Amino acid sequence: MSGIAVSTTINGDDVEYLCQAEETLLDVLRDRLELTGAKEGCGTGDCGACSVMFDGRLVCSCLVLGAEADGCEIETIEGMANGEELHPLQTKFIEHAALQCGICTPGFLIAAKDLLERNPNPTEEEIRFGLAGNLCRCTGYDKIVRAMQDTVKEMKGV
Amino acid sequence: MQYERPSSLKDAVDILSKAKGSAHILAGGSDLLVKMKGDFVEPDLIVDIKSIKSLNEIKKTAKGFTIGASVPCAAMGEHAGLKKAWPGVVEAANLIGSKQVQGRCTVVGNLCNASPAADSVPALVAAGAKAVIAGPGRRRTVAVEKIVTAPGRTSLKKGEIIDSIQLEKRPKNSGDAYLRFIPRTEMDIAVVSAGVSLTLDAKGVVKTARVALGAVAPTVLLVKEAAKAIIGTKLEKAAMENLAAACSKACSPIDDKRGTIEFREEVSGVLAKRAAKIAYKRAGAK
Repeated sequence: MSGIAVSTTINGDDVEYLCQAEETLLDVLRDRLELTGAKEGCGTGDCGACSVMFDGRLVCSCLVLGAEADGCEIETIEGMANGEELHPLQTKFIEHAALQCGICTPGFLIAAKDLLERNPNPTEEEIRFGLAGNLCRCTGYDKIVRAMQDTVKEMKGV
Repeated sequence: MQYERPSSLKDAVDILSKAKGSAHILAGGSDLLVKMKGDFVEPDLIVDIKSIKSLNEIKKTAKGFTIGASVPCAAMGEHAGLKKAWPGVVEAANLIGSKQVQGRCTVVGNLCNASPAADSVPALVAAGAKAVIAGPGRRRTVAVEKIVTAPGRTSLKKGEIIDSIQLEKRPKNSGDAYLRFIPRTEMDIAVVSAGVSLTLDAKGVVKTARVALGAVAPTVLLVKEAAKAIIGTKLEKAAMENLAAACSKACSPIDDKRGTIEFREEVSGVLAKRAAKIAYKRAGAK
């Protein structure tokens, strides 16, 4: 198969793939690399379900071409837990039932982790604005916000 | 579709100059990929400019700041010096889309997308920003308000790339601000927007000012009459009313589901007054 040869790093592993010029990073992750954690909601950067970290920045992988990932570092939801050990945010999302159908959850977790790394002690308003790029049609957001606030508390050791 | 990722500006210009068919420049991609997805554009060629090192930087020079064409808006918000000198420009850039979009989108892209409602453009126009254009001919520097000619259209010629935006060094007692009206609190397109930049004299009187409006005409407007209304004043009530009236008069908006003509005319004046007040305070007025 012909295509653009891409060498990249995903969750710390070197990964190489061939992709077509018009293929998005989301398509590559899901359809070529079987990393199906990132979801396609809108495909136009509005819903955040496909959020990944791209060279240290939170992005919608549906708005990145697979070819753009050459030489870059990508982190996806598959790299969030340390083996069997969940990230505190993942644990709190479960405890607070901060999900129902789960489609938005990987994107929320990636965005929430980035938010906490940039601002370890966010206010409720900062959380709500910080997660405005992620849409959830089930929870009404409150449970997600509570799960995040509880994570903040726990990480501070309160 | 062909994807190219040149590592020099010269190569990028060469590729674009020789391109046949529909060629598009890719920086953040937050407009281009959406248009491709919706089949609004079908590029034959995409030239990704992110491997051109000089375009990835915000440079502080003796003359001011240069913001490279592939600098994501999020990086502008992280640049303390830029934020301090041009808070209005930075707040406008950081209103574009979500955190995810801000990690990719660029002010040059926002400009070249040529939407009348582009958030960063009124702030850049008010700031007197210049676009530096590389191309097959001579490098040229053009006022930002000369770039967009109509919705979706720019004055750039074949093979030309805006490589950066220049912002001047701020004189003492200067401030700028940007405000937009949206029916939600976040993640929406401006119904009306206003950018104001001004410099005060030692007594707190407005010495120079620029006022720009977005989403009220086919292109972002630089409203000279509005600036005149506040120059020589301390933004007293009469000056503010004149500012608002000049803004409302300058508008030639459309009626659509986002807002009516009357609403846009009225709100342009309101936002200009509020932005002027913020800019005035930032300029150090007591």
